[in-house]
Amino acid sequence: MARPRMIGDHGQAMALVRTPTKAFWLTALLLVAFSAPIWMSNGLLFLLIAGLAYVVGAIGLNLVTGFAGQLSLGHAFFLAVGAYTATFISSESTGTTVGLGIPEILVWLPAAGIVAGLAGLLVGPIATRLKGLYLAIVTLGLVFVGDHVLREWSSLTGGVGFGRAAPDPTLLGIDLARTGPILGIEVARSALLYWFSLVVAIVLTILALNLVRSRIGRAFQAVRDRDVAAEVMGIDLTRTKLIAFTVSSAYAGLAGAMFAMRLETIEATQFNLLLSFLFIAMILVGGISSIPGAIVGALLIATLPSMAGPISDVVTPIFDVLAFWRGDAGFPLDTFQLEQLLYGSLLITFVLLEPRGLMGLWLRIRNYWRAFPFSY
Amino acid sequence: MTFFLQALSSGLALGTVYALLALGFVIIYRATDVLSFSQPALMVFGAYWTVYFATVIGWNFWVALVLAAVIGAAVGWLVERVLLRPLVGRPPFSAVMVTIGLDIVLRVITDDLLGISQRTVGDPFGLQVVNWGGVTIPRSNIATVLGAILVISLLLVFYRTTKFGLAMRAAAFDQEAAMAQGIPVGRMYGLAWALAGSMAAIAGTFISMGNSSLSRSTWVFALRALPVIVLGGLDSIRGAIVGGLLIGVIERMVGAYQPGTAPWLGAGFEQVVPYIVMVIVLLVKPYGLFGTREVTRV
Repeated sequence: MARPRMIGDHGQAMALVRTPTKAFWLTALLLVAFSAPIWMSNGLLFLLIAGLAYVVGAIGLNLVTGFAGQLSLGHAFFLAVGAYTATFISSESTGTTVGLGIPEILVWLPAAGIVAGLAGLLVGPIATRLKGLYLAIVTLGLVFVGDHVLREWSSLTGGVGFGRAAPDPTLLGIDLARTGPILGIEVARSALLYWFSLVVAIVLTILALNLVRSRIGRAFQAVRDRDVAAEVMGIDLTRTKLIAFTVSSAYAGLAGAMFAMRLETIEATQFNLLLSFLFIAMILVGGISSIPGAIVGALLIATLPSMAGPISDVVTPIFDVLAFWRGDAGFPLDTFQLEQLLYGSLLITFVLLEPRGLMGLWLRIRNYWRAFPFSY
Repeated sequence: MTFFLQALSSGLALGTVYALLALGFVIIYRATDVLSFSQPALMVFGAYWTVYFATVIGWNFWVALVLAAVIGAAVGWLVERVLLRPLVGRPPFSAVMVTIGLDIVLRVITDDLLGISQRTVGDPFGLQVVNWGGVTIPRSNIATVLGAILVISLLLVFYRTTKFGLAMRAAAFDQEAAMAQGIPVGRMYGLAWALAGSMAAIAGTFISMGNSSLSRSTWVFALRALPVIVLGGLDSIRGAIVGGLLIGVIERMVGAYQPGTAPWLGAGFEQVVPYIVMVIVLLVKPYGLFGTREVTRV
């Protein structure tokens, strides 16, 4: 008798959607995701668009740090490369800034990915010579050098304190930023932008899932687990690390462009070390070396600002006590500081208590219930 | 020539502070194989207590500095005990991540303590200068150099000659062998963090003396000590001192000459010079000038 749910060969074991249950929940999730503009508030949807950009960036960082084991603190730099490539191509030249004036998103979005990927390819050779923490510090240096370049290159960035108009998303002549009902249905503001980001994020997720299931993905993990052993087994270390850096940077570039397109203006100082730390927090909270983990972590971190209000009510009195001696005590922490406080604490908590992040937590819950009422 | 000597003197002062900070990183790294990214926050947090004792309560500056160093040590010890001890035996990567998280959280707290204004640390030097053969040197710089030399010498004497120093070195060299000899390795880790915490507090105070002050942006100084330790080698004490002086002098030299000779590099270029020097050195010597080469075994 045929057993329809038995996994019989390698192809089935590596399939993206292995069980009917998974297929069911995935479909449900996609339905919820695509219908979000109809039932979600403007503010939350706006956060989610940023969240989708974060998803792409976090997947990129997880590829190089989680899968290939190369700790990179330079993610913010590659985001900046992507964001400014997009802006340069899409915006018109003005008196103070330069631009090509091609608002077509199908031109500037891939370009952002390609240019950032090339930047990763340029930095890669340094990375292949260095190991572990040395690499982390060098990539940290990259953020500071990049920050300096952006501050000074005012014809590209508009200068510190001014910034320039963010890229205008136009898909095949349709302005994605337009408002109003679509096909007669009332939707939240920037719904088109959200749908476009969602599709891009899904496509990039599938690409990443395919990459990590392939020969290259296994090479990444071999290099992470024991680079000498990997080399002995015939894996080209230099080539593997270069691929990891290039792909990760390309993802970061796409994320930077997606992040920029939802804003009115972008400013050079946004792309600092804290942004790199934010991405580190995403993959650690979500689940290191797990693509779904990166997605969950990115969405969680992106929606933190919406929790800032209630947290502020709790935290502000404590901080007032701390700053007892100061005349100007009592002003609340701003959203940005609260967000930092939250993701910093989340980062510490997860590394200490659940190193595999939310994904690890989920696996534990699932495995417990799978065999319920038996413990194994 | 005067111009050159002036830049050199301020570079040396900056360099000794970098050396202090870098020693903190190196001591932690040698003991625990962890690179502490929370040093910037510990530095500003420690220096804040100098501000508090010296300017708010109004005690003598040196007393305040010593108290700040003690508080810095206590915080360092506490951090190790609470956040890092549970991670012993796990990959260093996890511990590094915890220090990043701690840096973010502690910095928000310190920012709130400091408020948005610039705060003087209450040092007795102010803007006084001495004039040596046409070279004007701020008194605070001289105090910084002498103070840093004193602290570093004390540390080296402690590390090289005392029983505790020997135990720390043994624990850093081989955990298991040290434990077999009856050395409380965990306590040595705590000691390393305490030393690093107090040095961060002292460095933070020194860097805010004279015509500068302590503010929310002071923390980036500590991050510029990272190129220093990479330059010298993550595990080399000598490297931290030499690298600190080298980076300090190069940074101030570039700061003095670059606006005149290469203005196109932009304002504030000297602040990224440490990173550029670091990358160049690393391309030639991947383990820094004095770092221990990693032995690869299959």
